Order: sequence, then C-alpha cells, then structure tokens
Amino acid sequence: MTTTTASLRQAAPTPSHRNGAALGIGLVVLVGVLAVVCVMSITLGTRGIGLGAIIDAFRDRDDSVDATVIRDLRVPRTLIGLVAGAALGLSGALLQGLTRNPLADPGILGINTGASAFIVTSIALFGLQQMTTYIWFAFLGAATAMVIVYGVASFGREGATPVKLALAGAAVSAGFYAITTGVVVTNVDALNQMRFWQVGALAGRYWPELERSAPFMVVGILVALTLGRSLNGLALGNDMAVALGQNVARTRAIVVVSVALLAGAATAACGPIVFVGLVVPHAARALCGPDYRWILPYSLVLSPIVLLTADVIGRLVLKPGELQVGVVLGVLGAPAFIALVRKRSLAQL
Amino acid sequence: MSAPAIVGVAAAVVPSSARRHRRRRERAVVAVLLAVVLALFVLTMMVGSYRLSPLAVVESLLGLSDDPSVDFIVRDLRLPVATTGLAVGLALGLSGIVFQKLLANPLASPDFVGISQGASVAAVLSIVIFHLGAVAVAGAALAGALLAGLLIYLLAWKGGVTGYRFILVGIGVSEFCIALIGYVLAKAQLFDAREAMAWLVGSIGQAGALQLRILLVALVVLLPVALLLGRWLGALELGDDAAHALGVRVEVARVVLLAVAIVLVALATAAAGPVSFVALVSGPIAVRIVRTGGPVLLPSALVGAALVLLADVVAVHLMPAALPTGVVTGAVGAPYLIWLLATVNSEGRGG
Repeated sequence: MTTTTASLRQAAPTPSHRNGAALGIGLVVLVGVLAVVCVMSITLGTRGIGLGAIIDAFRDRDDSVDATVIRDLRVPRTLIGLVAGAALGLSGALLQGLTRNPLADPGILGINTGASAFIVTSIALFGLQQMTTYIWFAFLGAATAMVIVYGVASFGREGATPVKLALAGAAVSAGFYAITTGVVVTNVDALNQMRFWQVGALAGRYWPELERSAPFMVVGILVALTLGRSLNGLALGNDMAVALGQNVARTRAIVVVSVALLAGAATAACGPIVFVGLVVPHAARALCGPDYRWILPYSLVLSPIVLLTADVIGRLVLKPGELQVGVVLGVLGAPAFIALVRKRSLAQL
Repeated sequence: MSAPAIVGVAAAVVPSSARRHRRRRERAVVAVLLAVVLALFVLTMMVGSYRLSPLAVVESLLGLSDDPSVDFIVRDLRLPVATTGLAVGLALGLSGIVFQKLLANPLASPDFVGISQGASVAAVLSIVIFHLGAVAVAGAALAGALLAGLLIYLLAWKGGVTGYRFILVGIGVSEFCIALIGYVLAKAQLFDAREAMAWLVGSIGQAGALQLRILLVALVVLLPVALLLGRWLGALELGDDAAHALGVRVEVARVVLLAVAIVLVALATAAAGPVSFVALVSGPIAVRIVRTGGPVLLPSALVGAALVLLADVVAVHLMPAALPTGVVTGAVGAPYLIWLLATVNSEGRGG
C-alpha cells in the first residue's frame, strides 16, 4: 500500500523514504528541531532575550520589560504559530487526501474566502471594530463554506467524489470572493480592516486569539491524526476503498468536519496563510512517500517549523520593523519547495 | 471552422450507432452557446446611460445606421469594450480548458498554477516602482506571464514534464509571486497601491486599443490552431503511452498546446488584468453542458466569453456603483457551476 504504480514506474532511487524506522527517526529529529525553533521564536526578535529570562518570567512573575515581553508577546505568538501552523498543515494534507488533488488547500476550497466574506460583511453591517470578535465570524464563514462545498458535492448518485469536491470548492470560493470584493470596493471601513487581517501574520496575535481558537484546533488535530489509515483507503479510489470495507461517505464527512475545525480556527486566528496549508503537505509527501500515516504526523511537525522559522526571519531581517510571515514564506519557501519537488521522485496523490 | 476537428475526434472515439446522436447534441450546444454570446455581445452595447434598441446596435455595427450620434456611441464607445469582453472571455475559456485537460486536473487553470501571478508581479512592479503607462504595463504583464510559463516548464523538466510536477512547480512559482506582490503593495505609496489593486482586480474597460488589437490577431490565429490540436488533447488524456501508440508525439504536442494556452492567457491578462475565475469555471461548465464527453474546447471558449460579457453587464449596469469586471465574474459563474455540479452526473476527467 505504501507504493503507487506511479512511483514504481519512476523506479524510485530512494528506498529509504519507505522505511518505517528511518521515518520514525526523522520524525523525532523534526520534533527536536521544532523545540529549538520554539526557543528561537521566544528569544530572538527586535529585543534579544537570554534563555534564563524565559524561566524567570514565569517563575518570578516579575514586571521587568523582558518578562512582560516574553509573557504577553513572545510566548502567545509562538504558541499561536505552533498550533495554527500545525492546524493549517494538517488541514492541507487532509484536503489533498480527500480531493486527491495537489492544488487543494484551504484557500481554493473556499475556507479562507468564506472567512473573509463573513468578516467584511459583519464589518459593513454591524461596524465591528475589534479583532477578537472577528474570530467568530471568520470561523462561521469557514464552516459555512465547508458545509456548502460538501453539500453541493454530495448531490447525485456517486456522492462527494474528489472531482466534485474540488470543483464545488472552487465555485464556492469564487462566490465568496465576489462578495468580499464587492463589499470592500463599496465600504471603505471594511477595506481598511480587511487589509490587516488579510495579510496573514503572527504579529499582533496574543492570548485572546489563542484562547478562542486553540480548543477547536486541538480537537481538530487529535481527530486528524487518527485519519491516516482512512485517507490511505481513499487514495486507492472510491471503488477500492469500498471493496476494502471502508465507509467512504463517513470518512469524507469526518475529514470535512476536521478540516473546518482546523482551517477555520487557524484562519480565524492568524489570517489566510496559504503557503503552509498548500506547500508543506507536499513537502511532507516528498519526504515520506504516499502513506498518510506518515504524511499526517510529518505535516503536523513540519508546518509549525516552517511557519515559526519564517516568522523569526521576518522579525530579524528588517529590525526594528518586521517582514510579514507570508512574504518570507513565499520568497524563501517557494524556491526551497521547487528544489525539493525537482530532487525527489514524487509520490502522486 | 471546427467541424473537421469535431468529426475527427468523434469518429475516433465513438462507435457509429450512438455517434450521430452525440454529434447532433454537440453541434446544438455550440449553436446555442454562439447565440447566447452574440446576444450578450449586442446587449452590452445596448445598455448604458443612453439606451439603444438591439436593432439600432446591429444596424450601426453593419453600417446601415444613418444617425451619427448612435454610430459614435456604438462604434467608438461601446464596441471596443464589448469586443474586449468577447476576446478576453474566449481566450480565458480556451486556455483554461487546455490547461485543465493537459494537466488532468479540474483545478489547474492558468490562474492557479502561476501564469496569472507572473503577469501580476510584472504589472505591479511596473506600476508601483517604475510608474509606467498603460501600454508598458500591459507589455510587462505579457512578458511576466510568458516568463512564468517558461520558467515553470523548465523547472518542471526532468527528462520530460509530467502534469503533476508541472502543477507543483506552478504552485511554488505562484506562491513566490504572491509574496512579492504582497510585499510591494505593502511598501508602496497609497496612490500607487490603489492603482495596482485596481489592475489586480481586472476589468475589460481598462484595455487599450493596441492591447485589444494584438489580442484579436492572436485569437484569429491561435483559436483555430487550438481547435485543430484538440485532437491531440483527446489522445493525451488517455495517458502518455496510449497517446504515443496513437501516433502523437507526446512532448511536442504538450509543448505546443501549453504554448498556445499560455500566449492566450498572457495576452488576455495584459489587456484586461487577471480577470478571476473565468479560466477556472468555463471548462467544467462546458464539460457539463456538452455531456457527451466530446470535444469541449470551443464550448469552453464560448462559455468564457458569455461569462465575461454577462459579468460586465452586471458589474457596470446592475450594481449601485459601477464595479470592475473581475469583481463579478466569480459571482456570475459560480452559482451556475454549483447548479450543474448538483444536477449533472458526469465525471469528466480533467474538467
């Protein structure tokens, strides 16, 4: 099950990436890297902070500037990057498995556009000003988009097939995009607020955003990690999965719900960060082959590494200003991704 | 003009008993779509602050009108915009379906695998940093799109190009361009940023005479070429080995088809900006209208033209304030595609 005809045909030169032990060790190494990145994310920035200060900040509860920066800015920012990064990466991996389409990501399937549309509409209708209230509208929009996509795709005899899911997502995305742009063009207030949310950043995201969104993401992550075997079944195609005794419709429904939780909450918390949901799952697949029991944990660990590293780089290159994490991801991450795609023999979806 | 291609493919694929019925349906679909596009083409020239009857528009177009003010309104003011809508729609609809079929992926339209983003980066840079005029911006967009297409093809080349690797490399290039656009827009002066944003939304009203003329010439040459090459597309869909067995030189066919599609989308984007979602939804809509699994290139191009023309009527005349076309194209095409998805049970591969 771990090889596909496609990769067999290409006579894959790297047998190591089908090797369970090697993949396990790789995962442990990545967890170590993630820990280092987290420490870097807390200590590095416009204001450099020593390692000891982190412990002091939480043990002594003193009010020094360092302690305040750590407690109120750096730690929540790092935690959001950690959880939201993992959530975005996992949701991308789930969507790509569900639709068996390499272009599927929370962006093209209407989740980001649904969240944007609900935010600008709420601003235009109710004049909302606070970022913390956006979260619920963003979440509602993402969930609505996912429900419509799944509902539309489920019509008809064969149910929510990959092609129909992908197209329904694209259509719903197009519709919400039109709503967003229409509101933004006619309502200056909405445009102004939207600009900040749409950038997609970890800057300015602190405890309130974390508290509201993290529970959804944690539940979504736990559910998502159990889906590896089911996604392997879906990857074989509808008929084969049914023949293997899998309840395809139920698997699809569970995947859709967990994607709504993961991507909805993550997008609500830190705006649409497309790169992580779209590219990191491909990187995970390039590293560990087509087995979703490995792709999911690799996406889980790799995504926050990528997101937090980009965030740290963004903080350091333009001191004392910041480069948005989305810009860093695209400019540095995209070439790295292309290099990876060229180097590896790819396991197709 | 497409009849030989249609007959050729149909004859190759369909057994003779059902063939006649299917061919009749395919012809009927093309005829209906043509009528719809022509009707919308005339409609866009009827509406506006000065309303005209369909008869007046047609008379003026055919040179039978004796009212110079009507002639001025129709020929000088409205015809260029309507023609742009028609040409941009045809180009986007055609290149969208060629990409989707060639890459065997219904989401792989040129605006999701980096071509439009290449055009956008070049245009935004030339607006914000170099303060170029409209024609130069269009030229930059054209160069950017062609360069992005070439870059993706070369980077995806590894003893041949697979659709899958092309898509992944396209995603990378696209993300790189989007990041650059975001950075440039954030750093730009507000005035420049708004001008760039306006370009990025896309509007057929912004096309200059020169851009339109080049796009029209390209369409006249490339549309028949693409329709003739549609034959290869059908063979390529069966897989490289099968296509080879059918006598298609796979890599040549792919390069030529990709080049035609990229040039069309580049010229359309240079003329009107990256009008969103037309290239994406035209193909799937056409596949579900035709339903026979027969050739969809011409239907898809016509659907694209209908979408852009209809979107422009809605955006300019039905909204409280006139909007750019690109705002509305998504709203016009999406509900129809959703309805088709929910009602038509066809699983076209790559469309």
